[in-house]
Order: sequence, then structure tokens, then C-alpha cells
Amino acid sequence: MNTAIKRLKLTGAVALSSLLAGVAAMPAANATEELNALVWCDHTDPALIEPFEKKFDVKVNLKEYEGTGSALAIVEQSQPGDWDVFVIDGVDVPRAIDADLLAPLPADELPLDDIFPELRLESSLMRDGKLYAVSEKFGYNTVSFNKTKVDAADMKDMTVLWSDAYKGRIAVYDYYLPVIGMVAVGLGKKTSELTADDLPEIKETLFKIKDNAKLVGEVVSSQTAIATGEVDILVGGGEWVTAGLSADKPELDWILPDQGGVRWSQSIGVFKDSKRKELATEFVKYIVSPEGQARLATSSCYWAMPANAKAGAELTDQQKAALRWDDQEAYLKNAQMYPAPDAELDAAMQDLWTEFLQH
Amino acid sequence: MAARGQRFDLGPWGFVAPALLWTAAFFVAPFVVMAVVSLWERIGTDLVASWSFANYLKFFERGHFLEAMLNSLEVTVIVTVTSILLAYPFAWIIAEKVPPRLQRMALVLAILPFWTSYVVRSYSWLLVLANNGIINETLLSIGLIAEPLDLANSRTATVIGFVHFFVMLLTLTIYANLVQLSPNYRKAAADLGAGPLSTFWFVVLPLTLPGIMVGAFLTFVLCIGDYITPQVLGGNNELLMPQVIMLQIGRRADFPTASALAILLMIVVTIAYLGFARWIRLERA
Repeated sequence: MNTAIKRLKLTGAVALSSLLAGVAAMPAANATEELNALVWCDHTDPALIEPFEKKFDVKVNLKEYEGTGSALAIVEQSQPGDWDVFVIDGVDVPRAIDADLLAPLPADELPLDDIFPELRLESSLMRDGKLYAVSEKFGYNTVSFNKTKVDAADMKDMTVLWSDAYKGRIAVYDYYLPVIGMVAVGLGKKTSELTADDLPEIKETLFKIKDNAKLVGEVVSSQTAIATGEVDILVGGGEWVTAGLSADKPELDWILPDQGGVRWSQSIGVFKDSKRKELATEFVKYIVSPEGQARLATSSCYWAMPANAKAGAELTDQQKAALRWDDQEAYLKNAQMYPAPDAELDAAMQDLWTEFLQH
Repeated sequence: MAARGQRFDLGPWGFVAPALLWTAAFFVAPFVVMAVVSLWERIGTDLVASWSFANYLKFFERGHFLEAMLNSLEVTVIVTVTSILLAYPFAWIIAEKVPPRLQRMALVLAILPFWTSYVVRSYSWLLVLANNGIINETLLSIGLIAEPLDLANSRTATVIGFVHFFVMLLTLTIYANLVQLSPNYRKAAADLGAGPLSTFWFVVLPLTLPGIMVGAFLTFVLCIGDYITPQVLGGNNELLMPQVIMLQIGRRADFPTASALAILLMIVVTIAYLGFARWIRLERA
């Protein structure tokens, strides 16, 4: 009965999140201006958006997307000026700059000195001395696990994932870049130096993980699998899977193995063709402020670390523990960036991932 | 010979124009765009009009694309056959055994699951089929199994999700066919000495084949093109064609390859249509 009630709660939480996201998309009464933002789902939490809407008397229209390809397709199919704010994977900002989508941001008006040094990412976010996006949130693709069923010490060694110690008790997050990057890290490679020559060894290891895996699932499937006990380990998981459930499911935890893991980050910028650049910039400033950062970090869609180190003052001890705030110094040093393959290597990685799924 | 001066009558065209415009706008035009784009290539962030069949060649060169097509065909055939076998007796009971005044209610009950969201229904099946789901917990509690069965995140789960949906559809098409059959057929068969089984096998079943085939074709088309059910219930333990198509779009926005794969899938559906065509007639007999 207890399990059934917990499962019901989880389902209810998912349904409630969807409902709240829908409510967030409803027009605010009497708003005099509108701002259109292309975002990840964490920005649809009303608790994040409403303070900005009230302060500036604006309605923020939020369009969720999954995957940079989908976002670029949405922009391609829109009229110039339709979109004002763009939340995008940190690793994909250079693509957006190449496509001439982003406007320079006023660096002197943003708290760049408060951003964790590893998240400033000048080589990705800046071009010719101009800042085009700013990091807003980050986390890791690493290992989430149920600590009542899995020995936490085992999870410090990534190779356990491709031994048969936990065969049939593993789920894999279905996104090729982080998981390929994570496996590369586990094999002692640098994600920034990956070439096509590294793929055969990565493929062999991925196939071993697949042999141990019960499922490969997107966010909801993989989170449901570990939350309901269908699996005990999620490869590619991290605080974004388990931290938000920490109050109801304290048995779920995450860790960065000794070999390291892959760090993801998302950035926020203003569209070059926006007709409301000033307001859009105000939105960016709000999001990277300590208050906005704390709300974004604990968004109902998923939790993850705020990029602004001063947001810690706005978070509770329980929230900081779930995010492993005190481990960040060591984790940031031991984590590598998402792989950033060129188009040819990216296509080869996607083919590899398709073979992995089909294996 | 047409009379000289006979005027072209625009009236009938006025009646069919909405349907023609609809088809042109929402089928022909998108299809032409898709066919054109399938001959382009995604290079970096650009779509390049290279006018080659490279994306089609990929399908035959890369084993995992071909394997996905075979998986799709296998799953679709299993789903279609299973759905027919389950839906026919169900429709027959409603048409023959349920009193006429209760038949409408029986049909409403039969299609009730249609009223829930397709995505929510798929995720619900995931919870039902899980290791600690209601099926495994029931079988474990009555001692029929010692270990939970691996039902979720598998082809079995995908097939169950599909069959649950398509049994409803087939029930409707077969029921509609059954209630149109004149009782005189059965009376005539009985007069000629046929028993209930012979009457069913040689008279009723052949006469309901059109209903079965229409439902089977709809099942085939909807099943082979469905993305949600295998994505939610299959656990990515094997890929079907719609999933492979979506993989091309996900991050790289490789619409040319996705378009080529979609057209190949349409060719398979067209071949299936030709197979079903002799039974699919819109006019009443």
C-alpha cells in the first residue's frame, strides 16, 4: 500500500508539474507587454517567472523545447523578432552565434564575477570580445542510484557499470552526447579531444552497459524507473534526476565517480532580432541574480546547481545537501565538459548511439 | 458525341473543392516538400540542396536503419494479428449476445479507454507492467511466479500498449460489419444443414472480412507510424522506424535524412495498402 501511495504521489507530482507549466503559459491579467522565450522546461515554473512578470508588468510566453536541433528548427520556422530570449545548452552557444541568432549582452550589467569560474566559458559564450550568453545553471551527467539497494562505495568506480555486478538493475539516460562523454571519461579520455578513432572503444563499452541495462529512457521514463524501484542505478543521471525528489525519496542519491563525469550547463541569451531587447536583457539579469538563480535551481521541472555562487545564500540546507553544494569545488575540478563534436563526428556519434539502442 | 455548346458544369467541383483543397494543403504540399528535402543534405547548421539520393542510400548501407524497418514490420504484424484475434470475439459478443438496447452502452464501454490521453495511457501501462507493478505483484502474491517477469521496457510491453488501443478500433469496424449482416444468411445456411460452426466459418466470417480488413489496415498504418508507444514502453531495447526518424531530428535537425526515412516508411504503407485494397471498398455492397 505504501509503495502504491508513493507511486501515486509521483504520478500526481508529474501531472501537477504539467498543470503548473500550462498555467505558466496562460496570459497574465492586465500585462501591458509580452516577452517570448524559447526555454528548457525548468523555466516554466510559475515560482520562477511570476516575480519577474509582476515587477515589469509583463507576460512571459514560454515555449519549451527538447534538443538544440528542435530549437533551431523552431527559430528557422519563425519570423525575425518572434523570439526574445533563448535558453540553450552551453556547448551549443557557438552554433547559435555562427547562425547569427544572438545579440551581444551588456557584460558590465551582469554578475559575471559571481559565476563559478568553471562556468564562465569565455571560449563558448564570447566572440570577438563580446558576450553573447551567460551560464545560468549546471549539473552533471553521472550516476544516480538508490543507496538502500546499491553500495555507494561501488558507485565511486565507474567501471562497475560495465562489469556485471548490477546486471539488469541499470537504466541509461537516452541522450548520446553526455553518455558517450561519460563513458569516454571512464575510459580515461578527454571529452574535448575525442576523435572518430576513440569511437570503437567507446562503442564496445557502451554495448557492455546495454547488456547490463534494463532500459534506455528519456527523462520521464528513466526518472520513473529509478523512483519506482524498477532499476537501482541510472547511468547519465545526476542531481537533475534525484535532487528534486530528495524530500519524498531520500534513498535516491547521486555521486561523481573518481574517474569524473560530464558537466552540462545551460546558458541564456537575447535574440539578435528581438524587438524588446531591453526587457529581454532585464529577464536575463533576473535569471542570473541570486534570487532568480535559487528559484531556477529548484524549479519544479528539475533541480540543478545555480551558476551564480551567491545563490547559495538563498537556498535551504536541505536544498544545498540535495545539490551536493559542498562537493562542488572538487566536482567542478574533476568533471569535463560535454563533448563538442564537429558535424562529422557528431553524425558518427549519433550513428553509434543508434547502434547502441538497437544492440 | 457531346453536344456542341455543352457548358462545363462547375457545380460538382464546388462540392468536392473543400476536400481537394484540404488534401492539397495538408497532404500533397507537405509530401512534395518532404520529397524535395529528402534529396538535400544537412551539412553543419545548413540545409544544402545537393539533389542526391545519399539519404536513401544510408538506409541500405547502415544496418541499424534496415533493422529498425524489420522491427517495425514484425511488431506491426504481431499487433495487427493479435488485435484481430481479440477484437473479433469481442465484437461478435456485442453484436450477437448483448441485447440490442444495451449494445450502445457496451460499445461506449468498449471505447472508453479512447477517452484518456494516449501518452498518459502509455505511461500507465509502464507502471502496470513494472517489476513492482500490479501484474507482477499479483502473480507473486498468488505464488504463480517466484521472480518478477520482465514485462516493462520490452517489445512485449510495446505490443500490449498497441493491442490495448487497436482492439477498440477493430471492435468498432468488425461490429459495424456484423450488425449489417442479414439474419437470412444464417437461416439459409441452417436450412441447408449447416451447424453453427460451419455457418460461422463458411458464411459469417467471409462476409465480415471487409470489416476485419478495414480495421486491420487502419491498425497497420497507425501502428507502423507510431512513435509514442514504442518510445515509452519499449525501453529503447530495440528501435522502430519512427524512433529512428525522430533521432535524426532531435539534435542535428537532419530533416533530409528524416524525410528520406519517412518516405521509405510511406512506401511500405503503400505496399500494405495494395495488399489490403481488394477488401477496402468505401461503397456498400
